[in-house]
Amino acid sequence: MEHWSPTSIAAVPDTGPAPPSIALRLVRDPKVVFAGGFILLLIVLAVFAPWIAPQDPLAQNLLTATSPPVGFPDAEPGFLLGTDGLGRDVLSRVIFGARISLTVAFVAAGLACLIGSLLGLLAGFLGGWVEVVISRLVDIWMAFPPVLLSILLVAVLGTGLHSVIAAIVVIDWTRFCRVVRTETMGQAQMDYVVAARTIGFSRPAILFREILPNVMPVLIALLTLEMGIAVVVEAILSFVGLSVSSDTPTWGGMIAEGRQIVHEGWWVLAAPLTALFATVVAFNQLGDGLARSLDPVLRR
Amino acid sequence: MLLAVVANRLAMALLTLAGVAVVVFILLRVVPGDPVAMMISPGAGPADIAALKAHYGLDAPLATQFWIWIKGIVTGDFGTSITLHLPVTEVLASRLPATLELAILALIVAVLFGGAVAVAGTLMRRTIGETIIDGLNSILLAVPDFIWALALVLLFAVAIPVLPLTGRIDPELAEGFSTRFYLAESVLTGRFSVAADILSHMIMPTLALALPLAAVIVRLLKQSLKEAMLQDYVLLARIKGFRELRLVLQEALRNAVGPTLALTGVQFTFLIGGTVIVERIFSYPGIGNLAIDAVINRDFPLIQGLVLLFGLIFILINIGVDLSVAALNPRLRHA
Repeated sequence: MEHWSPTSIAAVPDTGPAPPSIALRLVRDPKVVFAGGFILLLIVLAVFAPWIAPQDPLAQNLLTATSPPVGFPDAEPGFLLGTDGLGRDVLSRVIFGARISLTVAFVAAGLACLIGSLLGLLAGFLGGWVEVVISRLVDIWMAFPPVLLSILLVAVLGTGLHSVIAAIVVIDWTRFCRVVRTETMGQAQMDYVVAARTIGFSRPAILFREILPNVMPVLIALLTLEMGIAVVVEAILSFVGLSVSSDTPTWGGMIAEGRQIVHEGWWVLAAPLTALFATVVAFNQLGDGLARSLDPVLRR
Repeated sequence: MLLAVVANRLAMALLTLAGVAVVVFILLRVVPGDPVAMMISPGAGPADIAALKAHYGLDAPLATQFWIWIKGIVTGDFGTSITLHLPVTEVLASRLPATLELAILALIVAVLFGGAVAVAGTLMRRTIGETIIDGLNSILLAVPDFIWALALVLLFAVAIPVLPLTGRIDPELAEGFSTRFYLAESVLTGRFSVAADILSHMIMPTLALALPLAAVIVRLLKQSLKEAMLQDYVLLARIKGFRELRLVLQEALRNAVGPTLALTGVQFTFLIGGTVIVERIFSYPGIGNLAIDAVINRDFPLIQGLVLLFGLIFILINIGVDLSVAALNPRLRHA
């Protein structure tokens, strides 16, 4: 443990002799390794999609339309996962679709986290009327069915990626706000906060240098879970036709097309659905693993 | 005392509903799309548009529109749907039963299935069986109704085509009903072949809505049951020689069910929210499917009515949960 310094006196929980470093704990957790690995792979696929995808995701060819994946009778060589109703390569479209999904996951979840946790920190730390106002706001917000609210918001804001991201942020900041508020209230009672007050730290210093680092493990786990939720919301909005324009490949858009021609070509639905399923499960498992590894006291 | 709690909750509920009404009204007035532009035929001139706007009250100032709307709500008049040309109350009344039957059936399936798996997991605690249940459940907890619905489409409509893919009832059988509660009415009047047809339409949407809730129930109820099994009264019953299954069902379950009940209530509101997309996937004629059409067509009066209806359902469920938790817990009954 470091030498005592007046810049930070946050409590370091006593976990016995030489606790393993955070990095080591993360590498040892199979959930973090496998789920994190999958997300990393997905990021690589999305970033380098033009070089990795075997075909142009927009190239149509009605002569090879709805041909099944390789290994099934009548499969077209060169189209590993088959083609859709317009003869476009399903695999390439799934790879390009990851771009939209991951953009929404990181940007929307990140912004929701930023706004929600800031309000949560303030409500939990300041108390009084600030807490009352923010808590009432969260209550009213949560009286709306989320799916309905997101569709309503996108209808108000117009379709497109910006609207989808805005809708997710506007709806899901409450998830962060509630948890961070409770967590902050708990931390604010701790001895190290009282000590910091006694020494004469300013309120912002206590909030951001003392309390925030201790709320961080919960926040990171919550953020990862939220990314999974954001991916599904984007897919639902694309499915309904309220997300990005139809010439950009998205998993939700592909699912909607696949649902229409499910009897002629099940793979058009199965491929993007599998990608969506794997991504959502990966974000969830990663969140679980992070919550376990980052939380020194294993509060749950 | 219970009465005072109910009165207090109802007052809060009305306040929340009023807040929802104001928010929805304001949100919809800033929508860029013009509802009238979507319903006119290509040959219509400016005079026709103005006449249409006047007909639906869309030319009045905002404050007047809001006042008319609030006055209407209080008297049970939600206005006229712009796309369906019918009173909103009538449209909602004709669509709500389908959604209620679906949501309640899904709730029953989720509680029975989730409860059964939780009890099985408790009986198998500290064995490979529990590890398998926990492992599967941790994955299933992540899967939302949207993915379930489409996976079921692939399974039961394509791989093993045994179930109808869309709708609520075979149109030829949808005759001679005096209510819109088709399933309940056909069961009560003994028309079991009709009920079977309705159920075959409902299996996939019901499972899609029930499975995410069942996963949540399994996790919480199993944990509560395992804690209860360590209590003295269970030990006492075990010494008396009761069987393990009876210990779980008769001794532990009664004491462990409280937290699960409260959580199930909250989750039921998510299930109702989920009907929006699940009904869409299966073209099921409920209020969820209607909501998406209303938003796409910018049907203001219908959207306002639908959002208030959803808000009302949410609030009623929350009050119901509070009351049943209070009724089941003797310590809270006098609080």
